[in-house]
Amino acid sequence: MPGLEDLYREIILDHYRNPRNRGELPSPPARRVEGFNPLCGDEVVVYLDLDDDGTVEDIKIAGQGCSISQSSASMMSSAVKGKSVEEARRLIRAFKAMMSIHEQRLDGSEEEEPIAAEADVKLGDLEALQGVVKFPVRIKCATLSWNTLAQGLDEAQAE
Amino acid sequence: MSVDVAAVKKDFPIFDRVVHGHRLVYLDSASSSQKPRAVLDAMDRLYETSYANTHRGVYELGQESTALYEGAREKVQRFINAPSTREVLFTKNVTEAINLVAYSWGRANLGEGDAVLLTEMEHHANLVPWLVLREERGVELRFLPIDDDYQLDLTDLDRLIDGVKLVGVAGISNVLGTLNPLRQLADAAHAAGALFLVDGAQYAPHVRTDVVELGCDFFGFTGHKMLGPTGIGVLWGREELLDDMPAFLTGGEMIRDVRLDGWTPNELPWKFEAGTQPIAEAVGLGAAIDYLENVGLDAVREHEVSLTAYALRALTERHGDKLTIFGPSEPAARGGVISFSYEGVHPHDVSQVLDEAGVCVRAGHHCAKPLMRRLGVGATARASLYIYNDEADVDVLNEALDEADRLFAI
Repeated sequence: MPGLEDLYREIILDHYRNPRNRGELPSPPARRVEGFNPLCGDEVVVYLDLDDDGTVEDIKIAGQGCSISQSSASMMSSAVKGKSVEEARRLIRAFKAMMSIHEQRLDGSEEEEPIAAEADVKLGDLEALQGVVKFPVRIKCATLSWNTLAQGLDEAQAE
Repeated sequence: MSVDVAAVKKDFPIFDRVVHGHRLVYLDSASSSQKPRAVLDAMDRLYETSYANTHRGVYELGQESTALYEGAREKVQRFINAPSTREVLFTKNVTEAINLVAYSWGRANLGEGDAVLLTEMEHHANLVPWLVLREERGVELRFLPIDDDYQLDLTDLDRLIDGVKLVGVAGISNVLGTLNPLRQLADAAHAAGALFLVDGAQYAPHVRTDVVELGCDFFGFTGHKMLGPTGIGVLWGREELLDDMPAFLTGGEMIRDVRLDGWTPNELPWKFEAGTQPIAEAVGLGAAIDYLENVGLDAVREHEVSLTAYALRALTERHGDKLTIFGPSEPAARGGVISFSYEGVHPHDVSQVLDEAGVCVRAGHHCAKPLMRRLGVGATARASLYIYNDEADVDVLNEALDEADRLFAI
């Protein structure tokens, strides 16, 4: 039986209480992307400033949500700031792979291997969110900001 | 007159189970209630001894099944004091009941510029069907605001109600617990020449319901919030209105005759019951009504007002300013729905921590996003009380909130 300490790791609470890169960027030029979790009403706004070389020059996070969605967004912003779009995409894939392990088990399959694992991507602090997979209804909280970031990168590349 | 909670709890098999090592403290009946053995048995008995489709077989089982299904309709009729069973339509839930009114009555009676008056505290079920009509045909929607005590602000009622064709309001708010002044609104609606619709989802399970005395024209409620199964709800409507309304869903069961070039609908109530109905669920709802009437709806209400008063007092005393309760302060002005936020702890996290103590509370927007915006929050936690809850349950909630506070304290 997973306990609350699996979910509310100290580093998660730290990012929740002291969110990094909290705020807004003037938009335009920054790209503004909204993400909603229709189940619970959480919303995240990602402000994304990409330079001409395809680097995440700056990123800010606004919106409201639970400790899991807010800490995940905070850690995400720290992880992708200064990274290339390609590196950011690999982080997104690695994070979602970590989050999807348990979803597969829920489907009844015993698949243990993370899908599309990015073996050489270091998740660092983000690994603290691994405990979320033991609380399946909270996975969407953890992935909200990542899906929103992915949407922003997709939109930028489509232009 | 009171509810013997210990005896009631024994009638609900689910209270035998343990959650995370604790006894189950179920405080989410506003979302869906638990079911007594009598309801489960009634449904099993139908399937085990009398099951067949209704209104078709001339054989014994078909007759028994039909009698049980129509018997449930008679129980509903008595339960809400409806003048006739012809006015009692089985639906899937309240959402379908209101959609039925919006699609059938609304499409026949509302056009460009016609107005409908709702309130800021409506559940999406009594918002979206009307928003659809606004988009489709330019129906104007107006909204009664709420005041500082989370009750309807009727200051501008005369102006807002002028010229509207329908007034639709929740009997009890599923977020605030507010018990709305239904008779007053019914009279105002009728004086303005409008029909009066009540979303009774949170009302019928908790307050003795008399659709005639309330003065409504349509009243919807759902089985699963009143000890019955999911998949069965009720729309009551005045017979002359239902008679004039076009059919909603069409196909099996609801027709009198079909030719290759046309069809005629069945008479009421079957005109609005297309396809094979949830027969066991209707029987289960009937058993739930028997159970509630045996406890007594007046006793249910009295129990909930007194337990709500205890909960409001106990929560406020223990948690003070850290706790914000979104709902009327006076227990008699509300139902047992207690929405709250806790300083520094998001409602999802409140719910997660409470779960660890075996306490079930809902967290989220409660399908009332416009109200959440009005309250200036994204979500609330919500504890809701019913006949199987007592002060000990409130005490467990109260203590478990300490753990949320401790865990998230800065």
